[in-house]
Amino acid sequence: MKDTDIKRLLYTHLLCIFSIILSICIPSFFLENFSILETHLTWLCICSVSVTAVNLVLYLIVKPNASSKRSSISYKVTRFLKCCIYFLMSCFFFHVIFVLYGAPLIELVLETFLFAVILSTFTTVPCLCLLGPNIKAWLRVFSRNGVTSIWENSLQITTISSFIGTWLGAFPIPLDWERPWQVWPISCTLGATFGYVAGLVISPLWIYWNRKQLTYKNN
Amino acid sequence: MNSLPATSRMQKISVLLFLAWVSFLFYAGIALFTSGFLLTRLELTNHSSCEEPPGPGSLPWGSQGKPGACWMASRFSRLVLVLVDALRFDFAQPQPSHGPGEPPVSLPFLGKLNSLQRILEIQPHHARLYQSKADPPTTTMQRLKALTTGSLPTFIDAGSNFASYAIVEDNLIKQLTNAGRHVVFMGDDTWKDLFPGAFSQAFFFPSFNVRDLHTVDNGILEHLYPTMDGGEWDVLIAHFLGVDHCGHKYGPHHPEMAKKLSQMDQVIQGLVERLENDTLLVVIGDHGMTITGDHGGDSDLEISAALFLYSPKALFPRVPPKELEIVPQISLVPTLALLLGLPIPFGNIGEVMAELFAEAEDSQPHSSALAQASALHLNAQQVSRFLHTYSAAAQDLQVKELHQLQNLFSKASADYQRLLQSPQGAEAALQTVITELQQFLRGVRAMCIESWARFSLGRMAGGAALMAAACFLCLLVSQWATYPGFHPLLLTPMACGLAGTIVCAGLLATTGLKLDPVVLGAMAAVGSLLPFLWKAWAGWGSKRPLAALFPTPGPVLLFLLIRFAAFFSDSFVVAEARATPFLLGSLILLLVAQLHWEGKLLPPKLLTIPRLCFSASTGQSRHSGTHALGLGVGLLLCIRLAGLFHRCPEETPACHSSPWLSPLASMSFLLLHLLAAGIPITTPGPFTVPWQAVSAWALMATQTFYSMGHQPVFPAIHWHAAFVGFPEGHGSSTWLPALLVGANTFASHLLFAVGCPLLLLWPFLCESQGARKRWQHLGNEAEARVRPEEEEEPRMEMRLRDAPHHFNAALLQLGLKYLFVLGIQILACALAASILRRHLMVWKVFAPKFIFEAMGFIVSSVGLFLGIALVMRVDGAVSSWFRQLILAQQR
Repeated sequence: MKDTDIKRLLYTHLLCIFSIILSICIPSFFLENFSILETHLTWLCICSVSVTAVNLVLYLIVKPNASSKRSSISYKVTRFLKCCIYFLMSCFFFHVIFVLYGAPLIELVLETFLFAVILSTFTTVPCLCLLGPNIKAWLRVFSRNGVTSIWENSLQITTISSFIGTWLGAFPIPLDWERPWQVWPISCTLGATFGYVAGLVISPLWIYWNRKQLTYKNN
Repeated sequence: MNSLPATSRMQKISVLLFLAWVSFLFYAGIALFTSGFLLTRLELTNHSSCEEPPGPGSLPWGSQGKPGACWMASRFSRLVLVLVDALRFDFAQPQPSHGPGEPPVSLPFLGKLNSLQRILEIQPHHARLYQSKADPPTTTMQRLKALTTGSLPTFIDAGSNFASYAIVEDNLIKQLTNAGRHVVFMGDDTWKDLFPGAFSQAFFFPSFNVRDLHTVDNGILEHLYPTMDGGEWDVLIAHFLGVDHCGHKYGPHHPEMAKKLSQMDQVIQGLVERLENDTLLVVIGDHGMTITGDHGGDSDLEISAALFLYSPKALFPRVPPKELEIVPQISLVPTLALLLGLPIPFGNIGEVMAELFAEAEDSQPHSSALAQASALHLNAQQVSRFLHTYSAAAQDLQVKELHQLQNLFSKASADYQRLLQSPQGAEAALQTVITELQQFLRGVRAMCIESWARFSLGRMAGGAALMAAACFLCLLVSQWATYPGFHPLLLTPMACGLAGTIVCAGLLATTGLKLDPVVLGAMAAVGSLLPFLWKAWAGWGSKRPLAALFPTPGPVLLFLLIRFAAFFSDSFVVAEARATPFLLGSLILLLVAQLHWEGKLLPPKLLTIPRLCFSASTGQSRHSGTHALGLGVGLLLCIRLAGLFHRCPEETPACHSSPWLSPLASMSFLLLHLLAAGIPITTPGPFTVPWQAVSAWALMATQTFYSMGHQPVFPAIHWHAAFVGFPEGHGSSTWLPALLVGANTFASHLLFAVGCPLLLLWPFLCESQGARKRWQHLGNEAEARVRPEEEEEPRMEMRLRDAPHHFNAALLQLGLKYLFVLGIQILACALAASILRRHLMVWKVFAPKFIFEAMGFIVSSVGLFLGIALVMRVDGAVSSWFRQLILAQQR
């Protein structure tokens, strides 16, 4: 592992963070009355799109695992379609999980689903970019001693921190502070965003800190 | 095989005794805390009536026959009572007119009630401002009770009806209604709960939203003047909440408070202009507030409230003294009752404000003093009658003091009678009688406060410390229990505790000091805990490093911490029905994720990197991994479905109670129960139960409590459970219905506690599914130690029986872990209740939560004890049966 790799990782992550910041700032120039809290759903869509786009672009530019053996057009198209299906499935999966965790079943379906979409953006999209539509690889990455590169390591950290952020975001909901951000699902989406950003910041630092101990088995 | 049944039995007994001792430590802590925190008092349902004077002796002026007069002729036919919530005394205090040199005081709450000051200056004979002292707890509900009954409400007024907040004691409102007066109310809807159906006309406004400063006040203002001008009222009560809410939201040092107080000033001004000659105006604050705007406790700022009296006709013979008088808040009750010509409420222990009974027009000092004395005498007779009735029904008053007071009363009463017979008595004798009567009334009040209205901080701290120590002990010993050579230690605390208690009791008996059993129990607990810890420290501290003694449950510790912290927020206590399944679901997902992380969830062929070998003795197969995933998802589903059965807490307005609050709930519980038992299949370790499983189990118990439609508040108790099987009622016995209601309420605690040993046994039971396959695959690895004739059959829980020492240790550990998790909860409740005793919600949320949690703990610990004893009994029986079998074979 080289320091240049870590540097590249850091830059890509900074770009991701930048895209989130842009998704907050830019729309207010074009849309009237845009604010994260009041037009939350719009922001969710914009943020989701911009993060996905940045991830895709970065993947195409950086190519962390350049080991595609076949490169025919049809293979690429099927792969892309598969990715889309996986993404949708993960959205539905998260939606079900939220409902199981206590989200309202019938009311606020759109809000819950968009929340699932943004969480999928933070977790599934990087997985798809890095590992492709390959469940086995995903399972491998998310188990002990399963990572094989710093990219996978950072993926692990950002995903887990997104989940933790989402989870922590649920805690203010019952409090009686009566703030606008306590409404479902705003606190959770904000928690997810903060968790994702925190993961993006932490993972390069953590990897840099532990670069001596980290040895990846390549097989 | 087990060759030493006697030692095994000894071990079992010592384990059970140890568990009982730990439970006793908790009980002692809970009892000590409760005795300091929950003040109790018996509520009497007797009523005063017009026809029945409080004592012998002619009533003054023979007023009994007159209309509108009961014990005394009424001086006012109408009353306007303006209750400004949290009107602290200094809010109303007149500000000295500062000289030109001094800078004006500019605190936002000072000097805003100008109309009071003006009236006091212009009409000194018509108005008077007092500093009234409220008794703790200074919460609105308790204060309202006090202001109408004249007693000292405590949190638990024993004998009251828990199903509603309605006042059962005799009170002013009831007396007014009985006398046929029209009572019109407007304001805080707490009154609706306290006096259901008592008002001839009422305008209630919601009081719950503390952030809303204006709804209640504006609502009152809309109706106040029209009602007043309409004239269809005898008593008009307006309860303003704005000042209190402003205190809670901003604190008194905020410009908003100045606005609110100015508004109140205008209200008073408006009322004064509209008053007629026969009307008395009373402006009173029910309590004060601290510098942060809270109330509930007993600090000086909280208990000082303003009391302002005004009448268009002259009330007082003298101009007010320079220094403002301090009167107890409940003095208002007998005073108002006698002024309005009503009987004094039966349970009143307030003292009439004698000054108001001196006839103002009559300048003769003698008759004025006689009128005061007769009012005081009536009051004293009534209080004496109450004391007599109360001490016959309850024993919580000091006998010696009671006797003294009775003597004082009879002397004063005799003096008074003598004075009445010789009307030409000296002025000095009258004054003596008045002083004696006042002395008696004050003595009674002091005695009642002593036993009803004082938190005992020392006891609360002691109880909490004892509970914390017991939790610590559980944590420590559950870690030690697996070390060998620990068991002989177990019996020492019992011996120490017993000896200590006997010595203490003997010492107390000889010295004649009277000590209540709660303190004795706590002393015994401490006396046995200290030697145990010391001995354990001496035995272990030298051998091993200290860090090895403390467990590191990792993320589960975080869960327990979150649960601990959640008890300190009233919102989380109210929302616990939703927070518990959230935590439980998270814990389950965490378990699944952790299993996956460890590589135990899915067969390694799915993964490209080979996994580490599993320890062969865990008794689990890979097959059960996918099984566990299914179980986890099913469990999540069940928890979500169970959430449909919850019942709404009264604090959440936008919540719909589930229509299926019915036995249906129990069905999903069997399922949950099975699935929950299935979870530990996958957790490793044959002889210890992991913290995750124990925490999940305890959470599940709480979750079940809510899903069965219970809430930790008294009005939510299912009282109808008392009549299951007894449709006719129970006659006079109270323990049977209490038992039935208790069983209904704490069924989940009992079930889960008795079922707790399943956590240990279940993994062994489930071994059978995968065992055969595994043995075929893995060959001789695991059964190298297993004897040949048992190779075909999985040994399941027999494995436990083979090592009785480990089995007992594991049971002890399991019991201690469960007690620890429960103990943490009760400790958190106790700490929350004591730290937040000034909190707005303490009597509504924290105190009931503490009581329910304490009851739940007691039920759980008893259930746990029974469950473990049952398992041990079965184990012993099976062992002896095996021995007989072997003996029979050998013959």
